[in-house]
Amino acid sequence: MQFDQLLQYVLSGLSTGAIYALIGIGFSIIYNATGIINFAQGEFVMLGGMLTLLFLDSCKLPLWAAIPCAIAVSTASGMLFERLAIRPLRQPTPINLVIITIGGSILIRGLSMLLWGKDTHAIPPFSGEEPIAVGGATILPQHIWILGITLLIIAANKFYFYHTISGKAMRACAYNRRAAGLVGIDVRRMVLFSFIISSAMGSVAGIIVAPLTMTAYDVGVMLGLKGFCAAIIGGMSSGGATVVGGLILGILESLGAGLISSGYKDAIAFIILLLILFIRPQGLFGKAQSERV
Amino acid sequence: MLRLKNIHTHYGKVHALKNVSLRLLEGEIVTLIGANGAGKTTILNTISGVTPASSGEVLFENKQITELAPDRIVKLGISQVPEGRQVFKQLSVEDNLDLGAYLRYRSREDKASINEDREHIFTLFPQLLNRRKQLAGTMSGGEQQMLAIGRALMAKPKLLLLDEPSMGLAPLVFQEIFRVLHQLRHEHGTTILLVEQNAKAALKLADRGYVLETGKIILEGSSVELMDNTDVKRAYLGKEKG
Repeated sequence: MQFDQLLQYVLSGLSTGAIYALIGIGFSIIYNATGIINFAQGEFVMLGGMLTLLFLDSCKLPLWAAIPCAIAVSTASGMLFERLAIRPLRQPTPINLVIITIGGSILIRGLSMLLWGKDTHAIPPFSGEEPIAVGGATILPQHIWILGITLLIIAANKFYFYHTISGKAMRACAYNRRAAGLVGIDVRRMVLFSFIISSAMGSVAGIIVAPLTMTAYDVGVMLGLKGFCAAIIGGMSSGGATVVGGLILGILESLGAGLISSGYKDAIAFIILLLILFIRPQGLFGKAQSERV
Repeated sequence: MLRLKNIHTHYGKVHALKNVSLRLLEGEIVTLIGANGAGKTTILNTISGVTPASSGEVLFENKQITELAPDRIVKLGISQVPEGRQVFKQLSVEDNLDLGAYLRYRSREDKASINEDREHIFTLFPQLLNRRKQLAGTMSGGEQQMLAIGRALMAKPKLLLLDEPSMGLAPLVFQEIFRVLHQLRHEHGTTILLVEQNAKAALKLADRGYVLETGKIILEGSSVELMDNTDVKRAYLGKEKG
């Protein structure tokens, strides 16, 4: 095995891993604020890519304008989803919520198929396709965009959750919902917020990955599950652990596809998912909590 | 200031409060005493909107608050220090206090005055000062109780609801907390509704009290009257160390 080739796998693994991390953080944010695993998360990833395409082709917008429009519309649909499907639930038991989010996901996917058909589409890369040599490997400019934007979003996320009162309030809801209500935090508003943030992040992930992998009405299924896997590796943390989870998954996938067979690429995510759930359900980095009562 | 009129509250199928009526005047300290399960905590949670009443009225400053959500009630000026502290254990002491002022941040109140109030909490509870960056969950029970009270005070409540502040605390810490409650009334005129197992200490601090038994108020009166009442003496003051 040549070093160059290995480097190549790791580099491309890192950039897909970054996408999984973004999607995974979306899962974690909603899970932490509400206890819901939002299985519709992948659809917002799909919407990001497909809506960018819509604004590019049908509205003839330039890429730099199409992207924010696509993020805005996906975020609005995330908001709508919370308002129409999650909030009205009278008895939000976990099983009801799971069914609702799966139902929502099928609905969004079905509507997209009706609207855009079953074809696979490509979004132009953000800045050219000239490969860049790194060591003995090459990467595309889009890879750099992916890593850069992911880093930026993770940093913004961290700032929001640790340094703003609204972010701290959202964490407070995750830690102790009732106490959050008793200090005056409107918990339902925070739930809506978590859906807004997650769908925005998901759509960004869908947009930045689309020039590399193409997009279609059903890309949300696989990307959503991979993101979920990243979040599970990270123990549903909305920070570093899930990012590492995404990167690990991306690299393993890319190594597996390169060294064993590309046919096993998707299987790797599910094997990891099952292993983690069986062996370390608290996540790879989770530890038993030590608290004084 | 606060009136409960013919309140009935149900917890699932349990009829937890049966026709409870009580009132608090501005600046008063009133205590609720009664055995475990008598409905003391439910009264506080009904006022706070956590377990809303199934019938009856809660009036605060002559406004209906019976059906408001907890955050609205905090906004009107009622803060609860819940049973078992319920501090945000994974957040620092400072963050906990800041979240107490959440609504003040939301209404864009001057940060300087919020910071000033935070420093004031540290003068009330000097023990918290050295721990301001520490995670709340790593502190002792007494310190967490101080933090829970401090967090509630950060909202600048007109009415403070306290649920068993002495639970599981060492006598010295307990005295410290009661000293602060006393100080609050004197310096800020905060009205306090206090639920307390230690009936003797509670009656000593309070102006008036209500005695609850299985969801009903069976007795009310000034603290002096209650302390002299033979039934109260026998049922609640007998084992004062308990």
